[in-house]
Amino acid sequence: MTNIWEVFRQERKGQAFQHAGSVEAPDERFAEWYAREQYGRRGESAALWVVRRDAILPIEEFVDELNRNYHRVDGYPLKEKLKEARDRAGTAAARDR
Amino acid sequence: MTERAQLLLEIADDELILGWRDSEWTGIAPLLEEDVAFSSIAQNEIGHARALYELAARELGTTADELAFDRRPEEYRCCLLVELRLPEWERTIARHVLYEQADAERLERLKASDDAELAGLAAKIDREEIYHRLHAEMWHDRLRGEPRYQAALEELRPLVDERDGHSDELEPLWKEMTSVRRSQPAGTRW
Repeated sequence: MTNIWEVFRQERKGQAFQHAGSVEAPDERFAEWYAREQYGRRGESAALWVVRRDAILPIEEFVDELNRNYHRVDGYPLKEKLKEARDRAGTAAARDR
Repeated sequence: MTERAQLLLEIADDELILGWRDSEWTGIAPLLEEDVAFSSIAQNEIGHARALYELAARELGTTADELAFDRRPEEYRCCLLVELRLPEWERTIARHVLYEQADAERLERLKASDDAELAGLAAKIDREEIYHRLHAEMWHDRLRGEPRYQAALEELRPLVDERDGHSDELEPLWKEMTSVRRSQPAGTRW
């Protein structure tokens, strides 16, 4: 009986781990070996996290019945505000200088 | 030929022929993950063979390719264990386990050798073989209760390091392995 193990890869020390893919393995020893083989042997990873898929708590539904989009951070039109402020101060955006 | 060159060829031939046999699992292993694993182990073994042939070639005034592919089948010094075509998984795992055990002992001896070049190469090879041994051990633990696997271990154990002649299976392998080089006159530049 095999399980799916999700593999997360850290490219350089200090960086965040990113999902790399998965391996199919009957136990932890096989999972470690396959993960090393497929995600580590070419020196492409500083570290790996190998997690059995059923140890992950997935959350996939996000209810927003009342459409309270004012709760969302992306509601602030920061770009526009910045442009207005620059126009008032008479300065150009960094990349235009 | 010196004793050193003979020993180098013995190990290189073991690794080349086993690498070839292991590569026969590419695309047909029982699990996709093992397909990748066995192909990778095969590639490592052939890489080890290349490094060993190069060391022997410097001593014998030839090249690694000529040693690997331009000898007659009866000139190969590999052991009987690596020659067999083993299309059954339990027999392949039994060979893998027996070979890795014997190879580990051989590498330990070489690492302790006074010959710095040989000891250095053995240490380098051993760093990859550690993972082959882990792979062999976990399969051994998984299959140890299976009578078919135990029978395969018993069947193959006497062939470890048995270098008195060759089996009938070496020649067909040799023919396939060297067919491209033999299709052109000796000394052809590829």
